[in-house]
Amino acid sequence: MNGTMEKPRLITPFNVIAGMILLFGGVIVVLRYAYGLAYATNLSNDTAWGLWTGFKLVFVALAASGYALTTAVYIFGMKEYHVLVRPAVLAGFLGYTLFILILLFDLGRGWRIYYPFLIQAGPTSALFEIALCVALYYTTQFLELTPVGFEWLGWKRWRRVLVSVVVGLTVFGLFLSMLHQSSLGALFLTVPGKLHPLWYSKYIPLHFFMSSCFGGISMVILIGLLCKRVWSHKMEISREKLDQLTIGLGKGAAIAMAAYFAVKVMDVALNDTWHYIFTPLGLWYLVEMLGFVLLPLFLYAFGYRERRPGLIRFSAVLAVLGVIIHRLNVAVIAFNWQMPLEQRYFPHWMEYVTVVFLITLGLAVFKFVSNHFAIVHDHPDYHAGH
Amino acid sequence: MTISRRGFIKGAAVGTLVASTAKAGAVKHFAGHPDRMGLLHDTTLCVGCRSCEFACNQANGLPPPEVPVDDKKIFEKKRRNDDTLYTVVNRYEGGVYRKHQCMHCNEPCCASVCFVKAFEKTPEGPVLYDPDVCVGCRYCVFACPYNALAYEYDDPLEPRVVRCTMCYPRIKEGKNPACADACPTGAIRYGRREDLIEVARERMRKNPGRYIQHIFGEHEYGGTSWLTIAGVEFSKLGLPEGLSREPLPNLTTSFLSLAPLAAAIFPALLGGFYAFTKRREERAEEEKRAILESTRAEAKREMEEKVALLKAAAKKEQEHAVEQAVKDALREAAKPKPPEPPKKDEKGGAA
Repeated sequence: MNGTMEKPRLITPFNVIAGMILLFGGVIVVLRYAYGLAYATNLSNDTAWGLWTGFKLVFVALAASGYALTTAVYIFGMKEYHVLVRPAVLAGFLGYTLFILILLFDLGRGWRIYYPFLIQAGPTSALFEIALCVALYYTTQFLELTPVGFEWLGWKRWRRVLVSVVVGLTVFGLFLSMLHQSSLGALFLTVPGKLHPLWYSKYIPLHFFMSSCFGGISMVILIGLLCKRVWSHKMEISREKLDQLTIGLGKGAAIAMAAYFAVKVMDVALNDTWHYIFTPLGLWYLVEMLGFVLLPLFLYAFGYRERRPGLIRFSAVLAVLGVIIHRLNVAVIAFNWQMPLEQRYFPHWMEYVTVVFLITLGLAVFKFVSNHFAIVHDHPDYHAGH
Repeated sequence: MTISRRGFIKGAAVGTLVASTAKAGAVKHFAGHPDRMGLLHDTTLCVGCRSCEFACNQANGLPPPEVPVDDKKIFEKKRRNDDTLYTVVNRYEGGVYRKHQCMHCNEPCCASVCFVKAFEKTPEGPVLYDPDVCVGCRYCVFACPYNALAYEYDDPLEPRVVRCTMCYPRIKEGKNPACADACPTGAIRYGRREDLIEVARERMRKNPGRYIQHIFGEHEYGGTSWLTIAGVEFSKLGLPEGLSREPLPNLTTSFLSLAPLAAAIFPALLGGFYAFTKRREERAEEEKRAILESTRAEAKREMEEKVALLKAAAKKEQEHAVEQAVKDALREAAKPKPPEPPKKDEKGGAA
């Protein structure tokens, strides 16, 4: 059971491929800092935010796995899901790490990132609220993970202190998440003329928060599967039990998605944007809403009714893709929709490479930490709950 | 300085952090500093000579535009302002020219979205930008409804947002903005914004049919310092038509004002959920214990009953045995007696 007992091999297909991507991506990052944004991106004065901003939104939305599960376990008392808390919180923490990294690539002067806190605050900006919340939430998630480190170090007293405040941290974390998940949507409130009317809404903050809920739950489903696949011998949960949990999560996701779908349909009605639906972008909107919201919603519900964990995992993939598509639509695809095509933004290949680089980095760190720390299993010295 | 609307918005938002700074009750309409300046661009007078572009570059220390003034080929493609050109003149359908640059909004969106407050609307009219605090998030460039801001994407070390400053240094010296001075046809006019609106209306009155009855910038998103008048619809001149009078910053303010509410409600709400869950668990635990206890009590009582029964039975048996013994003894006594022992007397004596 002890993670440090077995020695993970260094040369594995995953490690080799990940290493190559990280090396290549690292070079691109250096080039971006050496030659500026114009060298590595296709950003322009017309389109100041591009693929990187799109993935900032994606990373934060999917990092909702942390708050979704800690709330379920610690606030709503769904203790049977406790076994998935640490993987979910670790994934959340890494999601925010990727967000901060891609933000640093994107900022013209990333080394001034502390300016809003220490030099001059601009509290009228949604971005200020996001900066504040993300900084605080990142710290909260770090604290939520410190027991893992204390177990590794054998600092029992510190571990006990941190474990005793877990409910407080969870409440604070949910509050911060709700604020900044929605504030990320609020960034787009100021561009009614630039964002396509099917995506623009004065309720866009709500859309962002609600989709992060099922995005987070869907991520927990996939993280559970990943952990069981990779660390099946370490994970102290049987396949049958994990399937049961998956079905339960699928039910939660279905409810969250149903609410989201209803809000989105109401939005089209309230803004009376039906006539946009049969335009090219409108059809793409239909693909997003029907193929990546309604379909996974239906499959979740069906999978729950028929007790089919495989189907629920498949819908989790669709739902996560749905969140990614929604964020990229808002930030990139449906933005500046009235501009002639030649004036519009298409990401530079280096922008894609840096995104792949970051995702690989996240996976590699997740793997490393789970190999060496008590993430997918209880630490042998501390059984019976963290 | 009196409380400005922006000041109020700011205060309200700061309230999310420091509640005491919010100036509650200050919900007043702020019409702007009355003496602020503006510029009027009359597109019906503009001949597309681009003198303004050259003057602008000179005043801002930029290299002169590459294409010379008399080369009309430049109008075949629409251009926009960038880091080498703070103002551009474009030709639109019907040979109408329009100059584009930062509009210097009354309630600038760029200023409200900046998370380090790098922009400032001056009482004189210009919106100023401070590169010393800029982090380079480009939210301002992204949010500007007129696409009038540009960024130095080429500079890896000190990239700045660049745009028309309404020649703030020059107007501080009492001079006109460079473009207004350079315009040979009087298409650009500098003055108090309120006066310029009067001038525009006067021109519309005096030249029926020459203008459409709309001053672009008078009310758009709360109004701008640059005003434009034209003989054709503004949508044909690359400007967004039908904009709201509501300043753009308001769209975000109403949302951000929810944050302190959430901060106040959340601990109670989630604490409530937690307490509820906890209570349910405790109740379940208690019920379990109660059932256990009652079961135990029942068992005890049953046991006691059984014991009592057994005891009673035992007692009965004992009594029965005693009786039997007594009977036996009596029977024994009734039998013919063997020789009388002397003890009997003693016993009788004792009785």
